[in-house]
Amino acid sequence: MFAYAGKILYVNLTTGIVRTEPLSEQMAKDYIGGIGLGIRLLFDNSKPGTDAYDPDNPIIYLTGPLSGTMGPTGGNSYAVVSKSPATGGIGNAEAHGFFGPDLKRAGYDAVVITGKAPKLSYLWLDDDKVEIRNAESLKNATVKETDDKIRAELGDFYIRVSAIGEAGEKLCRFAAIINDEFRAIGRSGMGGVMGSKNLKAVAVRGTHDVNVANLPGFKDFVKMIYERMKGPSTKKYKTLGTPENVLVLNSLSALATRNWTNATFEGADKVSGEYFNEHYVKKIVGCATCGMRCDHIGVVPEGPYKGSTSRLEFECLWSMGPLCGIDRLDAIIEAMRIVNEYGMDGISIGVVVAFAMDLYEHGIITKEQTDGIDLKFGNAEALIAEIHKIGKREGWLGNILAEGVAKAAEMIGGDAYKYACHIKGLELPGYDLRTLKTAALGFSVSFRGACHLRNGAYSPDVKGKVNRFKIEKGRGKMITEESYMYNIIDSLIVCKFSRGTYYDGWKDLTNYYTLATGIPITPEEMIRDGDRIENLARLFNIREGKGTRKYDDVPYKIKHFPVPDEGPAKGACVNDKEMAVGLDDYYASRGWTVDGIPTVERLQQVGLGDLAYIAENAMKAAQEAKPHVAQEIKPQGGN
Amino acid sequence: MVRPQDRKFVTADPEKCIGCCVCEYACSMVNEKTFNPTKSRIRAMRLGPLINMAITCRHCEDPACVAACPRNALSQEDNSGIIRVDENACNGCGWCISACQFGAMNMHPDKKIVFTCNSCTDNETKEPQCVQWCPEEALTYVTAETLAQKYRQKAVQNLFQVAEAEAKPK
Repeated sequence: MFAYAGKILYVNLTTGIVRTEPLSEQMAKDYIGGIGLGIRLLFDNSKPGTDAYDPDNPIIYLTGPLSGTMGPTGGNSYAVVSKSPATGGIGNAEAHGFFGPDLKRAGYDAVVITGKAPKLSYLWLDDDKVEIRNAESLKNATVKETDDKIRAELGDFYIRVSAIGEAGEKLCRFAAIINDEFRAIGRSGMGGVMGSKNLKAVAVRGTHDVNVANLPGFKDFVKMIYERMKGPSTKKYKTLGTPENVLVLNSLSALATRNWTNATFEGADKVSGEYFNEHYVKKIVGCATCGMRCDHIGVVPEGPYKGSTSRLEFECLWSMGPLCGIDRLDAIIEAMRIVNEYGMDGISIGVVVAFAMDLYEHGIITKEQTDGIDLKFGNAEALIAEIHKIGKREGWLGNILAEGVAKAAEMIGGDAYKYACHIKGLELPGYDLRTLKTAALGFSVSFRGACHLRNGAYSPDVKGKVNRFKIEKGRGKMITEESYMYNIIDSLIVCKFSRGTYYDGWKDLTNYYTLATGIPITPEEMIRDGDRIENLARLFNIREGKGTRKYDDVPYKIKHFPVPDEGPAKGACVNDKEMAVGLDDYYASRGWTVDGIPTVERLQQVGLGDLAYIAENAMKAAQEAKPHVAQEIKPQGGN
Repeated sequence: MVRPQDRKFVTADPEKCIGCCVCEYACSMVNEKTFNPTKSRIRAMRLGPLINMAITCRHCEDPACVAACPRNALSQEDNSGIIRVDENACNGCGWCISACQFGAMNMHPDKKIVFTCNSCTDNETKEPQCVQWCPEEALTYVTAETLAQKYRQKAVQNLFQVAEAEAKPK
């Protein structure tokens, strides 16, 4: 096999038993790598109903077929898949930087980790040598300390480390795994799963060659992509960066502010991409093998957080800025820095703190319960103090908030659920779904919970391609088709910032794949892979009891708190009727039943006939749950 | 005969280099026909997001690596300044690695002998592959004299606070 390592490593942390299995060419072609392969391996290596924090829940590290080559962005990536402690369904995230290529060079397409180490440990993959090493001296160490100490202990500066911080060890449900200081396997709580296994880090050194099938052809292709990366399709990332979105979304009344109380932020100018670049950005750096550079490294020049340094992107800037009513970039940079140290999802943490601020402002929690922190919107010191508390699970509130907004709302009780902005248990990212309704539909059906990166459904709204204040027929197809692309992007594990550089779309991606692997694949086959991955993820969620229609919904606040701000968005919110129209349309476009269950025919079409029993059982259960309603099953073929 | 001060070598501009390692991959692709930074003649070093630098052989005058070799396996080409390794004489002792102050001597993982920058120019561009591929244009193939000129210019610009555009020779 070319480009692929051709090998899957299985590690049991309880028994210490390690074994490898070959990766078959069929498996490679059907699931590509990254999250596609990961979701299939999760399916095949887990029992239904296993708790995310049970030792039997596997956590799977994956490379993509391009990892380890000089393919821009595809060369530097890895992914992690497991059952999510936040949603109880598919958990997945991808990260770039420098870790992924070493994992490939060490010789692995996937590392399936099960069990629980008796003591805090880290996994050391030195090419073919696999060792579970003691990490007790790293207890509660920050991600960066862990990285530095492991490399010092093993005596090689170029060893790459993917680690959790204190939050992961303490089973925070939105804990992240972080490599290279600030590159995060961010969403869906993968860091918590690591913590539940007493696994502090995975360290890797890979020295094997990575060979592609057609070196001259591959060289010309990647040269072309590197050249395109100098052009207009990546300009945003190389200039203002994603924080450019602050003013764009604000002008559209789509900048969720104060926990979705407002849709515009009066302090937007002070946290804009323009302001950030002018006053804080010291240098723009990038990952290994990439021709873009997007990491805007902010350094605080003065004041209480002087010298604080961190990379900042729109999502985290928004969640710890406007969403908390905070207009101080110095505090946001410091907040981001400590979030990376604790190892937490930079989106979820902001939504969690904003949720707590909302409860505090509404008198649902009191100053005694916050241990004296004045958790008012706009209080930057309170944000930072609360992040520390959550990271350490300190105090009544800190401990509860580390569970994420969905579980925290249940624990607090009363009206708290009305302020918990999540889908399926995962906190919403930075788009106001009341004024971006394709996004409302797209986020609601995403298999990892609230997510802008499963189908990019915010894009037609923001770009003005549709009436964003409405959900109507046709949006389902739009979302379905985009999901193919996003699934393939995360299976090849190319960076989403690079998506504009594939001018010829599927033709470019299939060409890229075949030049590297030597495995012929047509655009139709690759689209079908994307469809297969979506159906597989849906089936996993169904198997775990979280995958049907009632879980595809938007948060209470999005439905019951109309936008109060003056302007064209005033009064906007999402209603159940339009959600129903949208879901019917979406399920029909996928060839799923009205309950959102893939039909047997559909599963056979995408080559998942072996798992059709899961859908059949779910359909039976749905029938029994509503015996008086005639079932309308729409077995329409998708692509 | 090329004068020593006219010898060209690859150098990274510390303000532009972001540690992206594209140079490593380009080097191993062209010289070793594979993707493997441990077989690259140039290595990127990232001490932190703001501290990056790619380093390779600077083709020193009176090179310490050559002097250090106990087996006379290393020699410097007169014209180019390139350090050549006699693959039969080198036994991989690594004495030259300790002698090089830049860490530009590397041990080849398969051959178990040392290797370093060979200025892999081609006829078309006259520039090594790493320089051609560097996405940040941080790498340049220069002589000591042009490098000195560049920094002298910069120093004077800084002293007089001249904007870069104005400093261009008229």
